[in-house]
Amino acid sequence: MKYKSVFDIIGPIMIGPSSSHTAGAARIGKMARELFGREPEWATISFYGSFAKTFRGHGTDVAMIGGIMNFETDDERIIQAFDHAKEKKIRIKIREEEAVTDHPNTARISLGDKNGEMELVGISIGGGKIEIIELNGFELKLTGHHPAILVVHDDRFGAIAAVSNLLASHKINIGHMDVSRKDVGKMALMTIEVDQNVNEEVINELKKLPEVTQVTRIVS
Amino acid sequence: MFRNVAELVELAETSNKKISDIMIEQEMSVTNRSREEVLAQMERNLSVMEEAVEKGLQGVKSHSGLTGGDAVLLQKYIAGGKSLSGDLLLDAVSKAVATNEVNAAMGTICATPTAGSAGVVPGTLFAVQRKLNPTREEKIRFLFTSGAFGFVVANNASISGAAGGCQAEVGSASGMAAAAIVEMAGGSPAQCAEAMAITLKNMLGLVCDPVAGLVEVPCVKRNAMGAANAMVAADMSLAGITSRIPCDEVIDAMYKIGQTMPVALRETAQGGLAATPTGRELEAKIFGFALNKKD
Repeated sequence: MKYKSVFDIIGPIMIGPSSSHTAGAARIGKMARELFGREPEWATISFYGSFAKTFRGHGTDVAMIGGIMNFETDDERIIQAFDHAKEKKIRIKIREEEAVTDHPNTARISLGDKNGEMELVGISIGGGKIEIIELNGFELKLTGHHPAILVVHDDRFGAIAAVSNLLASHKINIGHMDVSRKDVGKMALMTIEVDQNVNEEVINELKKLPEVTQVTRIVS
Repeated sequence: MFRNVAELVELAETSNKKISDIMIEQEMSVTNRSREEVLAQMERNLSVMEEAVEKGLQGVKSHSGLTGGDAVLLQKYIAGGKSLSGDLLLDAVSKAVATNEVNAAMGTICATPTAGSAGVVPGTLFAVQRKLNPTREEKIRFLFTSGAFGFVVANNASISGAAGGCQAEVGSASGMAAAAIVEMAGGSPAQCAEAMAITLKNMLGLVCDPVAGLVEVPCVKRNAMGAANAMVAADMSLAGITSRIPCDEVIDAMYKIGQTMPVALRETAQGGLAATPTGRELEAKIFGFALNKKD
């Protein structure tokens, strides 16, 4: 079942006018910010489908930019997000795409600074609920409703076992797990949803595993 | 966990509970929280709804200038004592409009189930409370009952205009409100489901065609009629009228209609009212150009 909580239906509390095109957009932006882990110097947002046709009317652009600056769905600063971005010297580019995507409310966000870049694809599925479906070319499914860790690792035997053993030794239960890879034997991504927030110490231990190249944490 | 309306009603009736009880218990179990915590979160939503209605009844105006002020007009008209469809019904309509006018003006609202359809549930709640005198907890329950029916629609069909048209948004909101009114008025869980079915049947096929892509025209007035529809359907159900087509099958029909709806009529501002000469003219005036040259 896609919706698990009554507060997905009655809620969120948000700045209008659209739960999918405003609140959902803010959440996709905020998720991008969390995954990037810091304030970006530039952001490029590409809108597809209904997002591309109606983002001006729904404030989808300001909401997503607000999210990228870590604003919540009910933060009134969203309305002036362009001004806030200018103050923070974040360069913003918005693109309207013609390509047809599987979901009508799709956005691709690229964030970057001198230390790196990140690209993700998010969809807004209704009532403010979102999913991240692609991260740096990896397919995944991330809802932001549970704490999660994303582990970039070598596509090699034992990598999954090493990560899950380490989590088990810290008594962390895995609720949902996905593994996606670009090609056999190359880079792969584990998306692990867990029942409780994972602390810094565990993240550092994960980073030390020989197969692991990068670890990102999503706090819920 | 209930998967459809039939299971929801059966759970409530076999345990001699209300729909709101079932929803509260499920939420406690899914999120592993106490009853107090779950009720407190819903009360915050209720407070936001109260503030939004209050703000809308003072009069607001959207940035585009397309909407605002109609809730005030209706309240003045009601006060004149000459309403034909009844003060309570019009009160629900004006409060639904008030909420959506605040939403269109980028004010703070609570999505129920979406922002574009956020007026219907609070509009009806704050109108019927004058007649039914509910306690604070009963008002919170109203939202859980609405949520229970919305939960089924969201999981078995859709609550997104881009995916299923306005029937999925205002249609769902209207059905959710009707069911909650019935429970607050003392109706049975089965009667709640009948009210939901009767309401949704009358919203089937409703397209999502916002002018200039803004959640304003016709969204605000669709919330008005959504509230009226919910009030009448609740009364019909309380009178003992039932739907020949069971609630779950109506929801399924709504889903299938949404799937076959052309993209132009699903929140793309390409068809319907958005594509009328006046719709296009308003769009060009607001943005300085027309979004969609081809109709």
